[in-house]
Amino acid sequence: MFLARRSFPVMRMDTFRRDLDRLFKEFQSGFGNLWSLDERSYPALNIWDDGESICAEAEVSGFKMKDLEVTVMGNQLTIKGRREVSKKEGTTLHRHERFTGEFVRSMTLPVEVNPDKVDATLKDGVLTLVMPKTQAALARKITVKSG
Amino acid sequence: MDSSEAIEKREATTAEVEPTRGGRTYIPTVDIVEHKDELLLIADVPGATHDGIDIDYERGQLTVQARVVPRHPPERINYLLQEYGIGDFCRSFQVGEGIDADKIHAEIAEGVLTVHLPKAAELKPRRIEVKAR
Repeated sequence: MFLARRSFPVMRMDTFRRDLDRLFKEFQSGFGNLWSLDERSYPALNIWDDGESICAEAEVSGFKMKDLEVTVMGNQLTIKGRREVSKKEGTTLHRHERFTGEFVRSMTLPVEVNPDKVDATLKDGVLTLVMPKTQAALARKITVKSG
Repeated sequence: MDSSEAIEKREATTAEVEPTRGGRTYIPTVDIVEHKDELLLIADVPGATHDGIDIDYERGQLTVQARVVPRHPPERINYLLQEYGIGDFCRSFQVGEGIDADKIHAEIAEGVLTVHLPKAAELKPRRIEVKAR
């Protein structure tokens, strides 16, 4: 049975992926197989630039802050996590779709961020990271003035 | 009745639960665990809170809907990477009639919804005592 877990209709995925590859050639990612929850592609990540910071969001239901480890170094972001599901005696597992075990996801961000100023919040299973760009990264932005 | 005018009786497929609100709806991943006294349905519904949950059990069909408050970045912001969308969750299950519907209860924590479906008394394993005559 095919379950649609992500938002993209299959047709749009190729165009989107091509555009993304073209714009961010150095952008390492774990696209992997979006339809399976293996440790390369879990959790799914959304990353955006709001001008001053790079923001990242991940859906990590059932994880507590102590189960997660976020590391920022230069322009490298790494998120690690671990969730064990204990199987109790006398129970039958009829279906198992949720992710269990360990995951590691590493991302190369387009600019350097300040690891001391990273803000991480976890609410209702959503991990949100706000990573302010370094002064050098901000200064690099070139404004084109009309003359 | 002329056979060419015969009205075809169409077989009904399982009715799909349609969302009444706009926006996208996603299918949450679930684990189903059977305990001695109850069936547990555990669903990952990140971004949902307890006041946004609707659980309906009717004629053996369990429908779970979870409302998610939109948290998209402002329109002008372009994603650098977008691997998932944000929207409500909805999923239906054919559970069967052996559930005590009045005793269904659920809790949600850290984006995980756990639905307890207590088994109706007849379905619980019973030890049959054999008396010696």
